[in-house]
Amino acid sequence: MAATASAMEGDLTRQNASVLARSIAEGEVSAEEVTQAHLDRIAGVDERVHAFLHVRGDDAIEAARAIDRKRAAGVELGPLAGVPLALKDVLTMKGVPTTCGSRVLEGWRPPYDSTVVERLKAADVVILGKTNMDEFAMGSSTEHSAYGPTRNPWDLERIPGGSGGGSAAALASFEAPLAIGSDTGGSIRQPAAVTGTVGVKPTYGGVSRYGLVALASSLDQAGPCARTVLDTALLHAAIAGHDPRDSTSIDASVPDVVGAARRGDVRGLRVGLVKELSGEGYQAGVSQRFDEAVRILEGLGAEVVEVSCPHFEYALGAYYLILPSEASSNLAKFDGMRYGLRAGDDGRHSVEEVMALTREAGFGAEVKRRIMIGTYALSSGYYDAYYGQAQKVRTLITRDFNAAFEKADVLVSPTAPTTAFKIGDKVDDPIAMYLNDIATIPVNLAGNAAMSLPIGLAPEDGLPVGLQIMAPPMADDRLYLVGSALESALLDTWGHLLIEEVPAL
Amino acid sequence: MSTVSTDHDTMKYDDVMAVFEPVIGLETHVELGTNSKMFCSCPTAFGAEPNTQVCPVCLGMPGSLPVVNRMAVESTIRMGLALNCSIAPWCRFARKNYFYPDMPKDYQISQYDEPLCFDGYLDVLVDTDDGPRLFRVEIERVHMEEDTGKLTHAGGATGRIHGADYSLVDYNRAGIPLIEIVTKPIAGTGALAPAVAKAYVTELRDLMRSLEVSDVRMEEGSLRCDVNVSLNRPGDEWGTRSETKNVNSLRSVERAVHSEIERQGALLESGGRVIQETRHFHEDTGRSTSGRSKEQAEDYRYFPEPDLVPVAASAEWIEELRGTLPELPSLKRARLQLEWGIGEHELATIVNAGALELVESAVAAGVTPDAARKWWTGELLRVANDREVELADLPVTSAQIRRVEALVADGSLNDKLARQVFDGIISGEGDVDDVIAGRGLAIVSDDSSLIAAIDEALAAQPDVADKIRGGKVQAAGAIVGAVMKATRGQADAAKVRALLLERLGVVE
Repeated sequence: MAATASAMEGDLTRQNASVLARSIAEGEVSAEEVTQAHLDRIAGVDERVHAFLHVRGDDAIEAARAIDRKRAAGVELGPLAGVPLALKDVLTMKGVPTTCGSRVLEGWRPPYDSTVVERLKAADVVILGKTNMDEFAMGSSTEHSAYGPTRNPWDLERIPGGSGGGSAAALASFEAPLAIGSDTGGSIRQPAAVTGTVGVKPTYGGVSRYGLVALASSLDQAGPCARTVLDTALLHAAIAGHDPRDSTSIDASVPDVVGAARRGDVRGLRVGLVKELSGEGYQAGVSQRFDEAVRILEGLGAEVVEVSCPHFEYALGAYYLILPSEASSNLAKFDGMRYGLRAGDDGRHSVEEVMALTREAGFGAEVKRRIMIGTYALSSGYYDAYYGQAQKVRTLITRDFNAAFEKADVLVSPTAPTTAFKIGDKVDDPIAMYLNDIATIPVNLAGNAAMSLPIGLAPEDGLPVGLQIMAPPMADDRLYLVGSALESALLDTWGHLLIEEVPAL
Repeated sequence: MSTVSTDHDTMKYDDVMAVFEPVIGLETHVELGTNSKMFCSCPTAFGAEPNTQVCPVCLGMPGSLPVVNRMAVESTIRMGLALNCSIAPWCRFARKNYFYPDMPKDYQISQYDEPLCFDGYLDVLVDTDDGPRLFRVEIERVHMEEDTGKLTHAGGATGRIHGADYSLVDYNRAGIPLIEIVTKPIAGTGALAPAVAKAYVTELRDLMRSLEVSDVRMEEGSLRCDVNVSLNRPGDEWGTRSETKNVNSLRSVERAVHSEIERQGALLESGGRVIQETRHFHEDTGRSTSGRSKEQAEDYRYFPEPDLVPVAASAEWIEELRGTLPELPSLKRARLQLEWGIGEHELATIVNAGALELVESAVAAGVTPDAARKWWTGELLRVANDREVELADLPVTSAQIRRVEALVADGSLNDKLARQVFDGIISGEGDVDDVIAGRGLAIVSDDSSLIAAIDEALAAQPDVADKIRGGKVQAAGAIVGAVMKATRGQADAAKVRALLLERLGVVE
């Protein structure tokens, strides 16, 4: 079993981050070898998966060598030193192309590091490259990337989820043991669910948004992705914590997520089943695996209770007013004046025309749709009816969570209503696409923390199913406590991680 | 009046006032004097090379985030307190969305329906023919926002973005903290509207300087006014208002209100109607031209800025800041009036000349209040007006005034020579003694040279000399005059007269 074996045995890319880190720390393998193995894997399979938009190649090797030199010099290294990571293309890294999956940012190389990247560098994590995503994180399938879709390693005809399909697919195809995603309505959790990987949306304000290109500022949150709960916790600890450059960052100590992941204990914990996040609209195999997982938790000593969150019904509607409203303003800056694409600059067009032509040429259909919805929702005369009402719903959803967390320590639900659908199936039906996020959106509206972890394959299609654990704000450690306990129990049942069952590419 | 109205038709101010009443309103933007920008740590120094005081935040780079400058919030609260405003215990920033290349993010972070300070007032003193009058200008709100970049349009005739060959943007100014002070409509001023507008902005400027929240360098564009004007017939509802932008000096504030009243008066009298529009003021002509019409108003789609947490000023903090307020200008004026022993009219003259601080500084340097007032509101004000510069920009120091006064007191200079000394200083001829030496201005007090001049004058006018000797002392004036002329005014006339009589042995 991979988790207990030495990293030197077998393929380095099949190892978990914690194992790789230990092997590197003990000198069994160099960071350069580990990085090279992953670059080779990317070179071998990414043509088919298309998880990456940009691979750093020599720069990643150079970073790995620097870590090896530090180790050789006796410098104390962090718990993930030398481990490779795939970075969602929505976070800036100085000098490295950042496109957000959009043509409008083609060619832009940011002059600064996001706080997440700064902390990854400080932790000696090796950043392999930038991963594919729905344009400006708008989507649930990664089909809305201007650079072509990413494919699900479980079935290359299917979507890897979105918007962070690239990061999830990189993990599931063993191109990287760690990845960073961003989650505005489920963009970390839903891809994790449909690729059989683990993803966490931390508490809003738990991880700095500085350098995270904004989709909807009040909902966006960067977070860790990996193939195990412990790896996710290690990455969470590396990137979380207060940042004075982000006013919405919480000035408090980070919950002990690593300790919780190592402990993994649900005895005496009250686990709430959210009545509104089940039943109709959920695929049979998804519901079946979910019910089984709940029974496992019960068997491990958790007290299972049912809770009701009556306003979740309105979450999707509120979300699709708040998100486009904020996005319409956040995306205004892409006007061709300062960076990225510029269209129509031929001396015959006015500055306004150049701005309009740039936006026409640079944005895809889904982005334009949301900008128009948001512009409309914020317009004078409509603001109260749309944006104002949506904010009220948001308050009611937060109250639903508060009431539910009186009765339960964590809440659980299926992460996504279905397993991975086929590429092209929903791309022309925005509402069907939006419904993918029905279970994940309430967490973003309220700002609390949630995890998705794999709980098995749906019997009808053999595709991964994810379970979502939700915790109150700044109680992120509870996700890991529950997630780790469930993961261990499933590991005992299966004898291996679910991801080991992914077909060979 | 002709029946067709254009932008340039005007009606005589007094004729307009005979028929209409004005209502004015002022929105004043002032750059705060903080060391760093509103939402990042870039420096705010004026005059740096373009685009050198910028970072990912004030350039609006994707992913960057704003963080509020606490000093700017403090300055705004202190200004609000000085304007007798209520301070919001909780308020948010808002985004004002519009596309323009001087805006890095294509939205401006401002405040909308939740200003930090609201409902205050400022009392201003206006000098009228019937003596000084006090007006209370009510303050609607005081809020914070960030400045935009500065555009320079090259080529084209208008200097505007339309028709320019290309435009250059300097983002050094983008993100400089601004405070915006908005008055409620000011009615009831009658013909004094332009003077009230000017007195209000002057008072605001002095207030900000005394609070040290801004040094208000008008020549650098750090204070900008938008002037709203409407006219109505007595008893009617208020008229449609225009908004004149680009009004960037005290003198222009007065002129902008004045000329807009004349323009609207002509328009209304000829049967036209005032349209709600933005107008641009031109310093050179003192007139405004039509800008965009507000009837095709832009929708700024304001919404609360999600990247910033609300500003929640605690009662303790507000009280702490209240404790830091210096003596406010209105109280200071009352004190100085007492200390200097002058009347309200004299005080109003000093204030209206913009000379209060100059007189105060001269008195502090040892000049008598009377002398300080006389110089700054007399000769020096005349020179400043002639040269079309602000009084404070004259290169005359308190120490120089004290020196000149001392020389007058000991008889080394007379009033006429003293004026020449200041003329020399202002013309760049050096300090007081340099000018005196350079121009040879010292009073001739040396008896022998005066006696020589007297003898020369007596020899030239022997008949007058005889008259004086004969007891007609009044005739001495002619000889004194000749001596003064010969010494080019650089003699003490009384002394010449005494020496003359002594020389002729005449006793008065």
